[in-house]
Amino acid sequence: MSKDAIRQSAMQGPLMESLARQGITRRTFLKYCATLASMMALPPAAGRAMAEAMAASPSASKRPSVIWLPFQECTGCTESITRSHTPTLEGLIFDAISLDYQETLMAAAGHQAEEALHAAMKANEGQYLLVVDGSIPLGLEGAYSCIAGKSNLETLKEVAKGAAAIVAMGSCATFGGLPKANPNPTGAVAVSDIIKDKPIVNIPGCPPIPVVMTGVLAHFLTFGSLPELDKLGRPKAFYGETIHDRCYRRPFYDQGKFAKTFDDEGARKGWCLFELGCKGPVTYNACATVKWNGGTSWPVESGHGCLGCSEPNFWDAGGFYKALSMPANPLKMGAAAAVTGAAAGVAVSFVNRAKKAEAKAGHETTTLADLEK
Amino acid sequence: MNELQLLTWARGTGLDLAVAIFVLGVIWRLIEIYSLGRKKDLSAPRQVQGASGWHTVFRRSVPPPGMVKKSPVSYLGGYTFHIGLAVVVFGFAPHIKLVEGISGLSWPGLPSQFVDFVAVVTMAAMIVVLVDRLNKPVKRYLSTFEDYATWALTFLPVLTGWLAVQHMVLPYTTMLALHILSVELLLVFLPFTKLFHAFTVFGSRWFNGTVNGHKGVAV
Repeated sequence: MSKDAIRQSAMQGPLMESLARQGITRRTFLKYCATLASMMALPPAAGRAMAEAMAASPSASKRPSVIWLPFQECTGCTESITRSHTPTLEGLIFDAISLDYQETLMAAAGHQAEEALHAAMKANEGQYLLVVDGSIPLGLEGAYSCIAGKSNLETLKEVAKGAAAIVAMGSCATFGGLPKANPNPTGAVAVSDIIKDKPIVNIPGCPPIPVVMTGVLAHFLTFGSLPELDKLGRPKAFYGETIHDRCYRRPFYDQGKFAKTFDDEGARKGWCLFELGCKGPVTYNACATVKWNGGTSWPVESGHGCLGCSEPNFWDAGGFYKALSMPANPLKMGAAAAVTGAAAGVAVSFVNRAKKAEAKAGHETTTLADLEK
Repeated sequence: MNELQLLTWARGTGLDLAVAIFVLGVIWRLIEIYSLGRKKDLSAPRQVQGASGWHTVFRRSVPPPGMVKKSPVSYLGGYTFHIGLAVVVFGFAPHIKLVEGISGLSWPGLPSQFVDFVAVVTMAAMIVVLVDRLNKPVKRYLSTFEDYATWALTFLPVLTGWLAVQHMVLPYTTMLALHILSVELLLVFLPFTKLFHAFTVFGSRWFNGTVNGHKGVAV
């Protein structure tokens, strides 16, 4: 068998057939995998390895089991990956895995869904990948969010026990997200606040970019490990640089050209949105390079500053429309400080005057006779 | 506390506190200084051309003849870093945005590459004047802890700001937080140290000039 023939044979299977049915050629699939690999800063050969690993999964029973737990979330993360564009190449990753539990996508409900969850956990003990979206409420003993009569905290601990690794999907699961925003009424926390003994990869974003999610899953499928992570547990390949540094509007920042309102001349000319509150300089994500909706556009391109949605605590970082260099809160103590300062100044000046008067009163006239003493 | 929380604290509570201490200190010191008063000069004023408060305000910005050659580092270095600081503080767009956020005043910013260049020159000039201070026995003898502390308080905001823009040493978010915190430290100490000359320099020149003018001396 020639080398090419071997390669050819490795690229057959249920996934390739399913792709063909949806009008996606092997070539397109390979290109997609190559793009995925290059986005993750992997060597060129990794693209083919990814394609082969995904295509090679022979039957449903051997596909890696993935359990997806939804907690305090808005389903935006699921929407992001399933509705990125049509037909969604990102979604095809689901053909390479066995998604055994995903409340939004699965046909089963109620007891059947729970059975599927427990069956998958039992059958793939220690090997399944756990995806979590949503934060975990700790307030009122977790009563704020329950599934099948169990609090999210109980469920997470139970399912995490047998997981090979955990993917925290979206800003809620990674950092607590909007539910954690001040005053955090439900006591929301992130997955990493609870689970300490499992490898966790954080894919923050509100929602995260679909290709980031599939990239991580493809990496896990291909190499059986998680990609290289930064200190916040995010894949370095996607969260290695700030939005600002890769922004196509960056030259305007450097030239000092800023849009002052959303409808002024600067905004029409596509100038930098820093002054309108863009958080690009402190946000690590791949939006500026990967873009959204199949590369159509991304927030800054559509004329709105970055909210910083992939950063921890972006929800309480002083307002979306305030420039980073502006005060996060109104300065409240200024007037009181001015009055106190004036009072202190006047008080000290009275003390000084008293000292002077005392010195004057205590002044003794020196006479010639004194000098001759 | 993560980087963004530190930054938000620096932009929020930290800034509020620092500005409050700054405002309090400046008003206190100004009232204290100007309420001291001076004894009435009973002698008849002697009018001499050029001897007045206003003349002195401007004259002391120009080196006396021969002094630039005698002490080039003090004059050139001093001028360079003072002008550099003004350009960096008032010319960088994010700084203008801060002033606008607090006071509503704004003006056009300078290109960031130019501000970047000026920041490097400013830091170089500040290092040169520090080395000169350490090298010259007389300057070193006259220097106290306060001189070195105020140098550091001035230098740190420039350094951290420049490092933040350049993405060096620490991630931008952390460096920006450190930059804002270093400026807050400067604001807190400014009214109570030699740095208060920023507010009193022209007033004291005017006062000295007026006293000298009364005596008929144009200095």
